[in-house]
Amino acid sequence: MVRSASAITLDAPTLTLGDDGVLPPARDGGDYGPDDRSPDFATRLRRARLGMCVAIAGIVMIFVSFTSAYLVRQGLPTLDPRTDALVRDWIPVRLPNLLLINTCVLLVSSLTMALARRQVAREVALVRFASLPGTSAGHEPRISWLTVTVFLGLSFLTMQWLAWRELAASGFYVGTSPSSSFVYLLTGMHGMHLLGGVLALLAAGAAPLLHRPLNSQLIILDVTGWYWHFMAILWIYIFCLLEFAR
Amino acid sequence: MATREFAAHELHAAPQGFVRKWVFSLDHKVIGLQYYFLALTAVFVGMFLSLLMRIHLIWPNATLPLFGDIKPETYLSLLTMHGTIMVFFVLTTAPQGGFGNYFLPIQIGAADMAFPVLNMLSFWITFLAYIVMLSAFFVVGGAPLHGWTGYPPLSALPSAGPGEGLGADLWVISIALFCVGALMSALNFITTTLDMRAKGMTLMRMPLTCWAWFITAILGLLAFGVLFSAGILLLLDRNAGTSFFVPLVTVNGQLAGHKGGSPLLWQHLFWFFGHPEVYIAILPAMGLCSQLLSVFSRKPIFGYKAMVYAMLSIGLLGFMVWGHHMFMSGMSPYTGFAFSVMTMAIGVPSAIKTFNWLGTMWGARIRFSSPMLFAIGFVSLFVSGGISGPFLAQPVLDIPLHDTYFVTGHFHLIMGVASIFGIFGATYYWFPKMFGRMMSESLARWHFWFTFIGTYAIFMPMHYLGMAGHPRRYSQLTELNYLHGLVPLQKFITYAAFVTIAGQFIFLFNLFWSMKAGKKASDNPWEATTLEWTTTTPPPHDNFGGHTPVVCNGPYEYSVPGAPRDYVMQTDPAIVSVAH
Repeated sequence: MVRSASAITLDAPTLTLGDDGVLPPARDGGDYGPDDRSPDFATRLRRARLGMCVAIAGIVMIFVSFTSAYLVRQGLPTLDPRTDALVRDWIPVRLPNLLLINTCVLLVSSLTMALARRQVAREVALVRFASLPGTSAGHEPRISWLTVTVFLGLSFLTMQWLAWRELAASGFYVGTSPSSSFVYLLTGMHGMHLLGGVLALLAAGAAPLLHRPLNSQLIILDVTGWYWHFMAILWIYIFCLLEFAR
Repeated sequence: MATREFAAHELHAAPQGFVRKWVFSLDHKVIGLQYYFLALTAVFVGMFLSLLMRIHLIWPNATLPLFGDIKPETYLSLLTMHGTIMVFFVLTTAPQGGFGNYFLPIQIGAADMAFPVLNMLSFWITFLAYIVMLSAFFVVGGAPLHGWTGYPPLSALPSAGPGEGLGADLWVISIALFCVGALMSALNFITTTLDMRAKGMTLMRMPLTCWAWFITAILGLLAFGVLFSAGILLLLDRNAGTSFFVPLVTVNGQLAGHKGGSPLLWQHLFWFFGHPEVYIAILPAMGLCSQLLSVFSRKPIFGYKAMVYAMLSIGLLGFMVWGHHMFMSGMSPYTGFAFSVMTMAIGVPSAIKTFNWLGTMWGARIRFSSPMLFAIGFVSLFVSGGISGPFLAQPVLDIPLHDTYFVTGHFHLIMGVASIFGIFGATYYWFPKMFGRMMSESLARWHFWFTFIGTYAIFMPMHYLGMAGHPRRYSQLTELNYLHGLVPLQKFITYAAFVTIAGQFIFLFNLFWSMKAGKKASDNPWEATTLEWTTTTPPPHDNFGGHTPVVCNGPYEYSVPGAPRDYVMQTDPAIVSVAH
């Protein structure tokens, strides 16, 4: 009779469970052994996380460039042809209050993202025992945190759109002033990156439908989680830049 | 079990069918070849454009094939497309995307890149970028005029010239796409190098080629994002009425509708990418050259660690010197001084590399095979192209020389031709591994001498043109008396270009003829030590036929005292301490 189920703590499953529940091998030099050609779960997870860190570094450079352009452009005077004097053409933009609500939505979605990751990790851990006789995965009330996160991500994007509409209604278009150009640019670029995250979450959600193994769903979800938290931090940074350096 | 099932998918079994195998392939070797042949078509397009420019310079009234009469703006569009295609689709694509993709996984003992699907996507995005770039020739107004550096306001104002309409939009879009492809590729290279090395392949046992690809990928990751951002801003300036780069300017007496932007901002962003880009082009060739010099001198590379640290410091310094491209644009003398000192500091690691290359060849019984000829040619070009670098690094010298042929000669020798020599050397060296046959050695020698003498004959005189004050980027200067005396030199350069270009067809013929009819190659024709020579020729789908190599030795164990052969493979049993 199987008794192993009781020995496993499922409240906080670790993500480093490989096939044999071993810890991932150390990172430096010569990793996966001589006769193991197929990378195991832990190796793939580590590799995906490393790739995500590198990708985040690349994305950071994009926003670093925008920031430097922002600061340079903000300090530049322009010639007024009527008076022949140098004037500032940077009109500070009052950000719509909606953006504050949006910030909260994104922060909450970061939380649900963490929950979604745990939830799938738990399913992965459970599925190993589900087929054993005498065990059951249990029927707890289920909220799919993945769905909630996708929903929050999409609402964030929708409300960003509404915030743009509000900006336009108050007379700030893309080309009105360099300040408004940067508001649209930075929020737009962030929104596009977040949309990428939403698509990745949808891909993770679709994994069971496509008969992809749960493990690969977990890997996508895990690295998207890192990405998602990065998007939240990036958003707070952009919000602060636009609010306090306007 | 689910994991096993997925693992099998992850390693992707050898694909069947033409499309899966050769078009949308996930195999890094096929993707490497795709990059290589993309670059091969691009280099001939770029070379053809340069030929048209050379012809126009000495026969201004000639009607040229495919382009008809050359107006000044046509000349500028030839120049723009030549530069852009060569820098992005040849010098960035072939050494890194081509050879890096093919040989990085094999040399570190991996079965593929870390993310094969991403790898395929990065190639196809690059391909799309190439198509978009070429299509700029065929839209109303033709290709853009703003040079490969795309300085605004010219590049930002559709009304500024005939090619600055749709053609320039396509140019910017192509560059942005290229950035996306290059970023994905860099991500893949870095992850692969850090995470997929075989057992025993420590970082300090990697061949210098792998180090070069790795460092190049880091540069690409940090640089291409900046160019991407600049491209987005430029696109907005062109199409959304913003003023990031465009000041209050008039075009043909009309206000352009922008105000307050800074052309210098573009230059800073562009060159923050642009200078690392120079190293993205040359570093893989440096790594390759180190490899070849060691193999064909039958000696360990002189100062392996020094070579690694020199490449790392060149990469690091490369991010601190972008301002030396902008001495002419107006710059505080203090800033100029800082950029100048940093630039000259790059001379130190460059000299370390050069002397280590010479040290590797010193006292060796050199095998002068064709890859070695190109490696020696690389060192020669690196020195003669690099020596004018410290001149141009000083603002007082740069200001009179900057807009002359001196700079054209300088960067063609060191960034253009030196990297191309790296690509040629790599082709001759790895062709047997890639296609299972040897290239014709005698044709290769002809090709080498044509190219080596030819490129010197083209680009050395350009330094003299520059010192005599001949401005670059102009299609005709018939009105200027002081330039009349330089016409014979210009003619000489064009004739040299004819001969050199003719020599390239020897290479093209050799490449395709040898694929069909070359002598069958053994698994290790050059008696080299690195992992790609331990596997069959050409390598099987998973590179090592079902097992992973275990590495026991460094990459350059040649002429080891007491060893049975004059080389020790990386997979041979470890050498126990040998007295030096």
